[in-house]
Amino acid sequence: MRVVRVIPCLDVDAGRVVKGVNFVDIRDAGDPVELAALYDAQGADELVFLDITASSERRDTTEAMARAVAEQVFIPFTIGGGIRTLEDARALLRAGADKVSVNTAAVKRPVLVREISSEFGAQCCVVAIDARHRAVSKDEGSFEVYTHGGRTRTGLNAVQWACEVQRLGAGEILLTSMDADGTKDGFDIPLTSAITNAVDIPVIASGGVGTLQHLVEGVLLGGADAILAASIFHFGEHTIAEAKQALASQDIPTRP
Amino acid sequence: MATIQQAQEAKQRPLIAVVDYGIGNLHSAQKGFSHVGADTRLTNDCALIRDACGVVLPGVGAFGPAMRALRARGLDEVVVERIEAGVPFFGICVGMQMLFAGSEEEPQVRGLNVFSQMVRLLPTSLKLPQIQWNKLNIHRDHRMLADLGDEPWLYFVHSYAPEPSEDVIATCDYGGAVTAAVARGNVWAAQFHPEKSSVCGLRILSNFVAFASHKLPSEL
Repeated sequence: MRVVRVIPCLDVDAGRVVKGVNFVDIRDAGDPVELAALYDAQGADELVFLDITASSERRDTTEAMARAVAEQVFIPFTIGGGIRTLEDARALLRAGADKVSVNTAAVKRPVLVREISSEFGAQCCVVAIDARHRAVSKDEGSFEVYTHGGRTRTGLNAVQWACEVQRLGAGEILLTSMDADGTKDGFDIPLTSAITNAVDIPVIASGGVGTLQHLVEGVLLGGADAILAASIFHFGEHTIAEAKQALASQDIPTRP
Repeated sequence: MATIQQAQEAKQRPLIAVVDYGIGNLHSAQKGFSHVGADTRLTNDCALIRDACGVVLPGVGAFGPAMRALRARGLDEVVVERIEAGVPFFGICVGMQMLFAGSEEEPQVRGLNVFSQMVRLLPTSLKLPQIQWNKLNIHRDHRMLADLGDEPWLYFVHSYAPEPSEDVIATCDYGGAVTAAVARGNVWAAQFHPEKSSVCGLRILSNFVAFASHKLPSEL
């Protein structure tokens, strides 16, 4: 039985949780440990923390957060954002994170994926892919990878990049549509299904969730193994339990 | 003053040794057992492991590197010694797999052979690894699985699992029945991660601490 995971995503800046709309325009939504415990109690299957801290103290504050969460919350959690080296990954895993997610650094130096995977196991190596439809082409697979929080074009084809990170040892792909992110219009289904059809490893779909039906579409139409959302959970529009009921009502197995 | 008081309190709590063979995130298991009230030490000190009333062999990652790291530190011998001495013992994930004869993941590496079966690649058309929560199907009543509620859900991350045997007490369904927990005498083992399985997993850790300290979970 394949059981779909529901994963709230918490953007973290200097130890506080925030959520950007299209990665700008940030609102404060609370303390990471309290929110993590709340989501655990609500039935969240995992948590993802995306660290957007720019300051030079970022490593210390993020490690401290990982330690604090790991002391009190007993579900798996991933930390992503700003992980450039194997040593960055090691520090966060030692602090208590179960997985690390790499994005820009993996594009710059793909072998980082293999390094993390062979040192700590594929199960803790998530590769985050931010992608957009190419402006000029309507061809199948015409999605381009972006880095630096969606600001920098790479010229990489997203489907080919997904296959490459799988070959390098990624355990999961966290896929975000930069076109859909922040719109609340639903997942980018063509992008999601292009990636889920191309790889054998689990794909976490992200970007665009505005309603519970969007979660259902991500699984049934996009083929996602897990669904990640932020604002619909953070601002009390829906609970994790409601999300799971919506999935269950369409015969998608979830942990109740 | 505070230090002496803390030391006295620590003495009254059951000592659980989590075997530290140096690879992977072994801290999570330690944090989980501490959370349910045990004095938990992540250690490679054989003397401390021999002092503990319960021994835990945790694990993440691959079978071969884990087995090699255990042997390189001489910890394989103390693990088998404690098991043969009848000390309550809990193997988790790769720590479970290491208790078997070997694994298809790296067939030339021998396991500890506490259980004589092999660990095999999951025979499924579903995605590998299984990274998800799954529901336990309990085959046999066992203290490990006491008081988990009607539908115990646990977190799994693995591509391999032990083949069936009479020691299997629970399975999960992942394109077929997959060994989820085994137990024989003083040895418990779980393919899932109780330390990452929220309330249900913490209950299992608490059941083990109770077993190791000859108490009821309510007395911890």
